[in-house]
Formats: sequence, structure tokens, C-alpha cells
Amino acid sequence: MSNKESIVDIPTVNKIARLSRLNIPEASKQNLTNDLNNILGFVAQLDEVNTSDVKPLASVTGHKLPLRSDKVTDGNIEDLVLKNAPESSSGFFVVPKVIE
Amino acid sequence: MNESINLKPGQINGEKGIWEMVIGLEIHAQISSKSKLFSGASASFGAEANSNVSLVDAAMPGMLPVINEFCVEQAVKTGLALNAKINNVSIFDRKNYFYADLPQGYQISQFTKPIVGEGEIIIDLDDGLQTTVGIERLHLEQDAGKSLHDQHPSKSYIDLNRTGVALMEIVSKPDIRSPQEAGAYVKKIRSILRYVGACDGNMEEGSLRADCNVSVRKSGEEFGTRCEIKNLNSVRFIIQAIQSEAERQVEILEEGGKINQETRLFDTSTGETRSMRSKEDAHDYRYFPDPDLLPLEFSDSWVQKIRETLPELPDSLKKRLVTDFGITPYDASILVEEKDYVDFYQKAANGKDGKLTANWMITELFGALKKENISLSNSPISPENLGQLIALISDGTISGKIAKDVFAEMMISKKSPSDIVKEKGLEQVSDDTEILKLIDKVISENEDKIKDYLGGKDKLFGFFVGQVMKLSQGKANPGIVNKLLKEKLK
Repeated sequence: MSNKESIVDIPTVNKIARLSRLNIPEASKQNLTNDLNNILGFVAQLDEVNTSDVKPLASVTGHKLPLRSDKVTDGNIEDLVLKNAPESSSGFFVVPKVIE
Repeated sequence: MNESINLKPGQINGEKGIWEMVIGLEIHAQISSKSKLFSGASASFGAEANSNVSLVDAAMPGMLPVINEFCVEQAVKTGLALNAKINNVSIFDRKNYFYADLPQGYQISQFTKPIVGEGEIIIDLDDGLQTTVGIERLHLEQDAGKSLHDQHPSKSYIDLNRTGVALMEIVSKPDIRSPQEAGAYVKKIRSILRYVGACDGNMEEGSLRADCNVSVRKSGEEFGTRCEIKNLNSVRFIIQAIQSEAERQVEILEEGGKINQETRLFDTSTGETRSMRSKEDAHDYRYFPDPDLLPLEFSDSWVQKIRETLPELPDSLKKRLVTDFGITPYDASILVEEKDYVDFYQKAANGKDGKLTANWMITELFGALKKENISLSNSPISPENLGQLIALISDGTISGKIAKDVFAEMMISKKSPSDIVKEKGLEQVSDDTEILKLIDKVISENEDKIKDYLGGKDKLFGFFVGQVMKLSQGKANPGIVNKLLKEKLK
């Protein structure tokens, strides 16, 4: 599955990595770039299909978005919510300072 | 600077000509729901840290969002009140960014297909003029959590109670041309939201906050580069922030500089805006449709049902108050600002002199309540009692002057004005013989002054009226006193 044109280059990979807060080793960047281009090239094959008369499909089962009524049915589980937190104090999550 | 130039609001007279402002607002309004947009945790304000948090809000793996029907209804209702297009199919997208109070790593919002499209509202300006402001869109989204930075020198404290609370973001078109118009726009949106019941409009608690996009240009030119001032939570700050930001931009442009498109914060202590730490990627949110949520779809008949529940809105009420009660458009615009003002007024003015009722309500009642820091809903004077007071003035039972004393007594004792008038014997004396007796007494006690008056000192007439009024303890009908005294002293 070879791509016709490369969309992604190493600077793009750096940018996506930064936005996703991922630390990517320098050595794997070229492989990742190739992988991304292959994936995008694969998906790009869909552009060859004429879909001008096809409505967007959100569900194959015909399900609609379920709605719930406005009732308080959850909460008051601070202990559970905070259980995995590396640090907490008086009911708050505690994290390294993040101020503008 | 040319001092003789008459600047319109929103214009800035720079070194190199007159600049105008171009302003667009994004208002975030918290929906008045009991539970959150996609979870069953409470949306109430002021609870213990992290107690109003479900595992959905905390973004635990495997949790799925389920939308709150009430929130959808409120968005549609607000859209209808904004005369806007309702989109029967809308889509939820993920807006991706990292912040400590956003556990999902994305906010569920609506990007390409919002629930409400274009609309418009009319805003009222101070000089009695009106102007139209276009609405670009309204969409549903989740609020983020709250970070406290002042609890610890090197740590931030995170409370997720607000995480996932339902917001409506209402985006205006860049139709606003002055800070004053921006203020009037926010007030009008707030008023509409409160009438509809979609948001309590409480700016102190953060239920309503605005981001302002500001740019400047010479009249008739293309739009300039804009800056966005984030998170303003009062009309006064909105007005100050826009003015100071526009002046900053004019200064830069006139010195030959360029405006950087950036996000800025308003510092309430200096009254100026400052740049947020530059985040070049901040606007790269990589939106994509949320795979956990199907498109939101509803029928025209469902929208119609909601339309039927809409209350009468401020614009229509204002017109009706002017026609039905004969009050000025200005007084009417004050009375329709809040739903409970109009309700109070209509009860008080029912069958009474509408103008007089409006005067007493706006000047006396609002003044007294403001002084005591009481809201209208806790007013010691009921609408029925205010109406009764107006009736007592209109039919001549008491004078306007006595009415002020009765009013002051009503504020304290909560008694009805007719009870107060009876108890204290304050009925106005309009009987000619009663008043003539008083006049005779004043004449006999002031023979010297009467001579002076008859000798040409006309100004003394007011003194005699005052003496008669004093003798009656303010109860004599001043019109009749005037008339009888004039006849007597011919």
C-alpha cells in the first residue's frame, strides 16, 4: 500500500507530538512519518469513490442519540474519583503548578 | 489632536485620523440544569471539592457520555428567542487541548454543525436608539474544571465540580461598534436568557461570561487583525477592557507596528489587557466528531412544542407596556430588563395610573431597595400595596408629599398604605370650610406680613401657603389651599 504523495514530514510529526504531549525518540521519527503517510494514503483511496449522492452515515444500526432526563443520579464519590490521583489534599487533585 | 471633532462612541481620535472599533462577542452561558450535559452528577454551584463528579466527568476509561434532554431543549428555546435558525441535525466534536482541569484531554463541543445557526437581536442604547446585532451561532459544550493556584507555592489544586456542566456558547457577528454597544448586547442576551429560563445570568458566580474579539480600522477599510480578551465577568469590565484594548491597538498601528492575533487577559487592577503567555499552537484544537456520540436529531414538531412554551419576550413586552399603560419607551425598557420587574409592575399598575406607578416603582421603590440592598423579590412593599398607594394619590386621599412618608412607613412595617393612612390620620383635607379655618388662623397670626403682601410683596404668598400646610400637618390639599388663599387675599 504505497502512498502517491507524502503528506506528513518530520516537522509535522514533531508538531503533532508536541500537541499530544508525546515524547518521541529521534530514532523513531522517520518510521513514524512513513507509517502515518501509509495510513493516510490508505484512507485516501476512499476519495476515489463518488459519494455525491450518499448521505453521511453515523450509525449502521439506525440508532438515534439517546437522551436522558435532567436528574441528579451520580456524584458524591470523591474517594473513588481521587483514588488514582498521585497526590490529593482536602478533596482536591494536587498537580505541579500550571499558571499562566 | 483636533479638539473640535465630535467623536461617536467607539471612535478613537488618533494622531493619524479617526479609528473605529469592530467587536464580536462570545458569551458562555451556563444552562440552568440540575445535572451535567453528559453525566448525572449535580451541576450546582459551591459544593465540596470534587463531590459533584461522576466517573464520566473524571474521564475514567470506558465511561460513555449520555446527553441531557433538558439542556437540548434550553438551547433550542434560546435559539428561538434569538430569532435564529434551529438545526434539526447537529454534531458533537472533540476540541483537543491539554490542561490540568480538563481530564478528558478534550472538551465536547460543536464545531462544524451547531444546534443553532444565524439569528439576530435588537439592542437598546442609552440614548433611546436601537440597533441590530447578528448572531452567528449557538452551540452546546462542556465547561472545564477549576484550578486554584494560590493554595500552595509550587502546586495547583484542581476541583472538577464544574467539569462537564452544560454551557451554551453564543457567538455574535462582528456587528458591534462600541464598548457601550457591547455592554448593551450582553445585557440584552442576559435578559433573554433569564426570560426563557435557560440560564440564571449570574455573572458573579460565573454563570455568564464573555470573550471579546476586538480590532480597529479606519472607517470603510477592511477588518484589522483582532485580539481576543478572555473571560470577562461583568458588563463594566467588558466596556473597560474593549476601550483599553482598542486604544492599545491604535497606538501600535499609528507607530507603524502590527497587531499580533493573540489571546489577552484583562487586569482589573490596572484596567489594561495583557498578553497570555504566548501559545503558538493554542488554536490548533484538532477538532473531530466525537465517536462516542451520534448526531443530535429532532423533528420540526418537537421544535414547535418548545416554541409554544416560550414566554413573551422583552421586545414585545416593552411595546405592550407603552401601549397599554401609556409609559415612555425609556421607562418600559427599564421595566422589561428583568422578568420579575415586569410582573411586579403589571400587578401594581393594574387599573391604576400607569405613568405614576412606573415613576414610583423606578424612582422610589428601586431607590429604596438599592439603599437597603434588597432584591425586588424580597421587597417589603408588595405590588398590591404599591398599587393601593398610587390609587390613594390619584383619588386625592393623600398628597404626593404625604405619600412619601407613607411609603417610608410601608418599607419598615410592611403595612398596607390605607391602614397607615387611617392609623395616622393622614387623609388629605380637601374640605373648603376646614381649609378656610386654617387660612383665617394664619391671616390673624401674620397681620404685618399680610399688609406687606397687599402692599406688593408678592413673594410672601408662598410663605402663607407654607404656614397653612404646616398648620394642617401637611394634610391640606395644596391645590385647594392655593385657590382659597388667592381668593381670600384679593
